[in-house]
Amino acid sequence: MIKQIFSAIVVLSVATGALGQDSTIGLDGARHLLGRTGFTASNDDIHTFATLSRSDAADRLVQSASASTIPITAPPAWVNDKPIAPAKLQAMTREERQVEQRRNIEHAFELREWWFREMLTTPSPLTEKMTLFWHNHFATSQQKVRFTPLMYRQNLLLRRNALGNFGTLLREVGRDPAMLIYLDGANSRKEQPNENFAREVMELFTLGEGNYGERDIKEAARSFTGWSVDRETGDFMFRRGIHDYGNKTVLGKSGNFDGDQVIDVLLNKPEAAQFITRKLWKEFVSMKPDEREVARLAAIFRESGYNIAKLMRALLSSDAFYAPENRAALIKSPVEFVVGTMKTFEIEASNLRPFVIASALLGQNVFSPPNVKGWPGGEAWINTATLLGRKQLLDRLFRNEDRMDVAMRSVDAMAAANGDAPPPGRDARLQRQMERQMGGIRWNLDKWAQGFVEPGHGRTVAAGVPEMTRVVLPMAPLQKVAIAGNPADVVRQLVTDPAYQLK
Amino acid sequence: MKRRNFLTALGSLPLFGTLEGVTWAADSPTPSVATAVGTNPYSNLLVLIELKGANDGINTVIPYANPLYAALRPRLAIARDQVLQVSEQEGLHPALQPLMALWQSKELAIVQGVGYPNANLSHFRSIEIWDTASNSEEYLEAGWLARVFAKTPAPRQFAADGVVVGSSDMGPLSGPAVRTIALADTAQFLRNAKLAQPGSDERNAALKHILAVENEIVHAASKLNANRAFKTEFPRNGFGNQVRTAAQLVASNAGMATIRLTLSGFDTHAGQLATQANLLKELAEGISALKSALSELNRWDSTLVMTYAEFGRRPKENQSGGTDHGTANAHFVTGGRVRGGMYGQPPALNRLDGNGNLPFAVDFRSMYATVIERWWRLDSSNILQGKFAALDFVKA
Repeated sequence: MIKQIFSAIVVLSVATGALGQDSTIGLDGARHLLGRTGFTASNDDIHTFATLSRSDAADRLVQSASASTIPITAPPAWVNDKPIAPAKLQAMTREERQVEQRRNIEHAFELREWWFREMLTTPSPLTEKMTLFWHNHFATSQQKVRFTPLMYRQNLLLRRNALGNFGTLLREVGRDPAMLIYLDGANSRKEQPNENFAREVMELFTLGEGNYGERDIKEAARSFTGWSVDRETGDFMFRRGIHDYGNKTVLGKSGNFDGDQVIDVLLNKPEAAQFITRKLWKEFVSMKPDEREVARLAAIFRESGYNIAKLMRALLSSDAFYAPENRAALIKSPVEFVVGTMKTFEIEASNLRPFVIASALLGQNVFSPPNVKGWPGGEAWINTATLLGRKQLLDRLFRNEDRMDVAMRSVDAMAAANGDAPPPGRDARLQRQMERQMGGIRWNLDKWAQGFVEPGHGRTVAAGVPEMTRVVLPMAPLQKVAIAGNPADVVRQLVTDPAYQLK
Repeated sequence: MKRRNFLTALGSLPLFGTLEGVTWAADSPTPSVATAVGTNPYSNLLVLIELKGANDGINTVIPYANPLYAALRPRLAIARDQVLQVSEQEGLHPALQPLMALWQSKELAIVQGVGYPNANLSHFRSIEIWDTASNSEEYLEAGWLARVFAKTPAPRQFAADGVVVGSSDMGPLSGPAVRTIALADTAQFLRNAKLAQPGSDERNAALKHILAVENEIVHAASKLNANRAFKTEFPRNGFGNQVRTAAQLVASNAGMATIRLTLSGFDTHAGQLATQANLLKELAEGISALKSALSELNRWDSTLVMTYAEFGRRPKENQSGGTDHGTANAHFVTGGRVRGGMYGQPPALNRLDGNGNLPFAVDFRSMYATVIERWWRLDSSNILQGKFAALDFVKA
């Protein structure tokens, strides 16, 4: 029952930019920091971080993430499988190959579920955010790589270096079998160097367009020849016989460069540090990088020898990060939206496939970015289809009905409506039926919402709303919130607010 | 009055609301679109049909008289006496019988050999090339139709620039400055649209964008209805439902420049004969129902229907009774003002490349140029980043 109407709930008593490095970030500052560096901001975490200074808060997150480089979720059983030997592959019938392909598609689903599980349970959400960032930066798709264990190994590589040294990360990515397959490096030979990786390493990984020429690409491509994949093991292999040992000139530097030396040449350009800084800014601060700040931060990054943790610490404690105009100014990615909703409301699911599919239908299928440039992100996440898709998912999840399986059904409905569902063969149908039965979703919205009302005694729903709002939304809701007798009804209003799409 | 000026004038009329405004829902009664925008380019509707998975053009528009056809396809070739003859050289797949009425009334254009240089054979990448009208090695952000509407938007009182039916992927309508609605079914969209929260808020660009999209949904929902009862019987299958939805959209007189439909399942690597026959039947019956429904609405003469797909399929059949990814393809264009006939070049089965694929004869961007220049009377070269010769399938 509606008791009273709130006209506006000001949760963001906006901290001014004048707040120094030593004063504490406060509840709203903590909400902002946790929302950007993780998938959600729990009330406990908000209160813990609120008492920290900007630099201590950033330190704590970055240190924890630097130490959390190994996933806690057990990987699928097949991750150490060896690829099928070329000779055996040759001998396979078409049907056998199709079986193999289906197996890879199933594995890719299992891998996505594994990553979602890790995002849900990790003690360091920033590790996951950074790994997602690098997955987008070094976009590689299972659809081309096919052999799914290589995607898993690349994910380990990305998280191992997520807050490490960018030079090391780049060199490891250059040797990464999934990348070598995705950008055609594996078959690049001196007689016919493939320019794909050489182009992207400049355009997308380090310098950005306009900072190199076509000739630099051709010369760099020669340097990377020989970086290949052992077909028996799926590991990196240097093939001496196809490497071009000749002299090359890249960005004005000459030598008998190999791939590592070309990477050194690229990292010596100040544009590289700026390019990465600008991209991290767009991920963590705003879609409009402040070029003076970018230059300052990029200098820190470069002088540290490309220490990502140092850059992130500086970025996350900067005035710009906490500036009022940059609060709630970014759109949640589908993964952030789906995983964030599960984490915020403590939704437990034994089977994560419906959530993986939901994220894919909303525009982000991890391990399958749309192309070498990754997901465009920002405003491109939201169009009429994806916004209604997000709302539909929330609607089904939060509706007053038996909450078991609701997401499952809504995802099925979305999949069917979108025509993106797996081919409706008998096996696929059975598979989905079985999953539907297994995929119990457990959560208790009433209990969750009640937690904001009576930690002590005698608090009213209205008294609990500001705190609840701070957890659910990054800014005051746009819509008026009706304070109902049941706190869960307040939550339902908050998640339908347009501000719920923001972080 | 010049078109540009006319559009500007339209935009400045308070009747049509402001860009971020929430007044759309209230600005009824709206005059019928036809009278309000008699001279706007988008009183001519474009209906795109994506044949997802890449339809096999060679068994669609069959070069039955070419002896290489039967030689390349010992299992898949359609017998000469079964094809629906459209010329001395070519005939349509028998499942396309419902299109023959359009062919006979000279409203069906068949364009053969549609493709592009340096064809990419990945579904994913090649449809992106088609959707964005890019070169093979070029990545563009916005779809080609999105670029058309960014430059020349549909009038504000239109429900949307474009409506995507039965797919969540916006394809050629994907881009920042375009009003696109995606729906599977009008009634369902209207139910879901109730979840939208219109509003206006200038606090930041992200929020502004979200609200603009919320407003788009509400605006479109305010224009659409599913009330029309048609005499036409729509096929009872997925594509038939999409055609029914498209007809409902047009009937609601809500205003939209383009509707995109999708028929999936054409990736026939194995067992192609039965699969493709079913799909082509679905396609032909759907198009035929679309003509019938739009004729009831008196809109057939102002509608252009065009098929497209990521690529064609390889002339030589594979070991599994199917065909693999290829290059050039045949496509259909139909509508009340289409000049029926054969366009492009028949498949050059004697000039296959090292992978056994066809050379192309008509750049797919020429199809788009025809739509932009001849159907909408807009300039195509800035949209398509160059001059692509329009074809002659649109009557003046």
